[in-house]
Amino acid sequence: MAAVDLTQFHKTFFEESLEGLDAMEAALLALDSGSTDHELVHTIFRAAHSIKGGAATFGFADVAAFTHVAESLLEEVRSERRVVDAALTDLLLRSVDCMRAMLDRTAQGLPAADATSESLRVELAQLVEGEVAAVAVASKPKSAAVAGWDIRFVAMPHLLQTGNEPLRLFRELQQLGRLEVLRAFITDAAPAEFAAIDPGQCYLGWELRLHGAVARADLDAVFEWLDGDCELAITALAAPQEAAAPAPVPAAAAPAVAASTAVPAAAPAGAREGSASGPADGGSIRVGIDKVDALIDMMGELVITQSMLNDIGTNFDVSQLERLREGLAQLERNTRELQDSVMRIRMLPIGSVFNRFPRLVRDLERKLGKQVRLELQGEQTELDKTVLEKIGDPMVHLVRNAIDHGLEVPEQRRAAGKPETGTLTLDAHHEGGNIVVRISDDGAGLNRERILAKAVERGLVPAGQQLSDDEVAELIFQPGFSTAAVATDLSGRGVGMDVVRRNVRDLGGTVGVKSVAGKGSVFTIALPLTLAIIDGLVTAVGEERYIVPLISIVESLRLGADTVRRIAGGGEVFQFRGEYLPIIRLHRAFGCTDAIAEIERGIVVVVEDEGQRVGLLVDELLGQQQAVIKSLEKHYERVQGVSGATIVSDGSVALIVDVGGVVRLGRRVKAA
Amino acid sequence: MHENTADTAPAVQQLTFSLAGEEYGVDILSVREIRGWTRVTRIPQAPEHLLGVLNLRGAIVPVMDLRLRFGLEREDYGDATVMIVVAVADRLFGIVVDSVSDVVDIDPAAIKPVPDMGAIVDTRYLKGLATHVERMVMLLDVEKLMRPEDVDALGTALPEVRNVEVSA
Repeated sequence: MAAVDLTQFHKTFFEESLEGLDAMEAALLALDSGSTDHELVHTIFRAAHSIKGGAATFGFADVAAFTHVAESLLEEVRSERRVVDAALTDLLLRSVDCMRAMLDRTAQGLPAADATSESLRVELAQLVEGEVAAVAVASKPKSAAVAGWDIRFVAMPHLLQTGNEPLRLFRELQQLGRLEVLRAFITDAAPAEFAAIDPGQCYLGWELRLHGAVARADLDAVFEWLDGDCELAITALAAPQEAAAPAPVPAAAAPAVAASTAVPAAAPAGAREGSASGPADGGSIRVGIDKVDALIDMMGELVITQSMLNDIGTNFDVSQLERLREGLAQLERNTRELQDSVMRIRMLPIGSVFNRFPRLVRDLERKLGKQVRLELQGEQTELDKTVLEKIGDPMVHLVRNAIDHGLEVPEQRRAAGKPETGTLTLDAHHEGGNIVVRISDDGAGLNRERILAKAVERGLVPAGQQLSDDEVAELIFQPGFSTAAVATDLSGRGVGMDVVRRNVRDLGGTVGVKSVAGKGSVFTIALPLTLAIIDGLVTAVGEERYIVPLISIVESLRLGADTVRRIAGGGEVFQFRGEYLPIIRLHRAFGCTDAIAEIERGIVVVVEDEGQRVGLLVDELLGQQQAVIKSLEKHYERVQGVSGATIVSDGSVALIVDVGGVVRLGRRVKAA
Repeated sequence: MHENTADTAPAVQQLTFSLAGEEYGVDILSVREIRGWTRVTRIPQAPEHLLGVLNLRGAIVPVMDLRLRFGLEREDYGDATVMIVVAVADRLFGIVVDSVSDVVDIDPAAIKPVPDMGAIVDTRYLKGLATHVERMVMLLDVEKLMRPEDVDALGTALPEVRNVEVSA
């Protein structure tokens, strides 16, 4: 038998396991926030089960052993022998973190188990064994003959809104045995005043008695979908011991859980970040079958066009010129569509980035004693995979900042007349050729005075200078600026907003902030749809061709010699729409020879970067072109003022101008 | 010459080329291709010896002039001028030399260390000296040649400053 090299599947296993863990985490968070969907439990169980199976197959014994214990615990939840409570979700979330760290270590070839995973495994095992003992006791009456059940059923007010109807339940119970209503009552949730009663809410409770030897499992099945929508107490009639339905966590396990909550949450959070960057290096991508089908359709059309052109080419005469033109136009359209479809393969919904935030927000909430409601919008918005992988960290930073600095503690919010729970909204949508991601909070907004004071202290602005709100907000993006009065372990780790801006800029995007004191702040990140292709204007400077991204061009114009002014004999400026803009001579910035030096003979391309406009002097404009961006760094290194290179129609290389970089370059040349 | 199956043999195959009348050798295993000189696209802020970048079947490959790199006189490119494309650790680099000569076997035992020439001659990019048919062949250390930090240091530094830069 030929030995199969299992290592070739390792990468797939890690990718799938990490995806499984993400799914587990999402489901756990949903359970934690009060959802009672049984499917969630199944999702969690299935994920754990596949990880265990995979780990055992590949011989990752530590991972398999750990997952096995977690799975046993989950099995109890799945079979409803254990209720889901905050302590349990917390423990399971920590297990998810732990498994992630273990997988990470395994992928790096390190031993998977460490002290944290061992203690967590023991904790899980104790819980499972303790419960098994408790269940053994509790399930005894089940086997004994029962004469019937006493059921106390108190509806939560929102019961009706979940599509449940008490009458239907009673009918189902009646099918099991003779149902007797002992008492019906109005719950405490009912408002005192009649006028305040909401007809959409249910304020009723019942005490029922079901006669007959009904199995407990059948009874549970009736109430299966009501978990969380009602208070339920079921007592066996004839049984000597009481078997309360949702068994409370047994005493043996309780101390373990209590001890576990004392473990700081910082460690798993850190581990998560580490592992989040791990799979990012993975080279594979999952593509929806619809996208592949679209590609195949496109390919089919291309083949048809090609055979049509072939046909024209074999017996060509001038009369077919029109057909040839048509064919070429069709070829161009096909090529463009094919290009779009191919690019779409790299596009993934931003939801995969958003998904890490519920957990982060939950951890921060607990840590800071703040109440935060996270709203996610536009998760389906698609972004290039590379952009997606790199946008996570800046977003984490902004979300942390928003919760740490932006949102107030409940007391302050109440004092400010706002709801105690703050709202943090993450929203992604298309805007022009960009993807815009907004992180908005309804917190205190930027503290103008503190920012100004800090900026003056840091020497970023002279004292007493009048600045507009936007200018003040802009200050927080300056290097070395951080307003945290006390450096918490959340923010103030030496990573400032300037790093966020730089990261976003590296992706070809921009980041800005709008803030209203007392109302909140909105951070807006604008990102290009894709990193791989840009629309560019081809310009000539001397012998060289430079491509200016179309998206940053405001206007191109020819200046008269008399419109250019020199400031203090140095920097050249010209008037454009009421403001004076500096001129950057591209040939000087890039050191080209044989370029046009007289401004009136060249063309000035007005470009904008982060709100700042400058004029770039080039020799002439050659036309528009879609440029496939090639990295200079792959074989060379990063060059300031150049974002990449592309190949133009004659096969030679043209450099793509990085507008922001050139602006900075121009500034430095001037300063020197 | 691309096929060198005898990698277990003690002899190292070297592609030799001439530069300002001297013979140099580069490990044949790192050579990807040899091509004639074509115009390259200049790179801003690049050191003088870095001529620019070239489209090599879709890859953007930097090209340097080895004469300028060694501080020699620049010579006009002619018909014999060739570009040797070398690869080290997935990175490609083109070097422009006067002409390509031959592929020779060099016994590793016969490779002598480069004598210390002080600050007058830059010998950092040489692995050693070998003799082939009574001629001295200087063996290029391609890896050192490709390291960008060296590119920067060399591009900006004058000969007498070089030693300071290296020790820093």
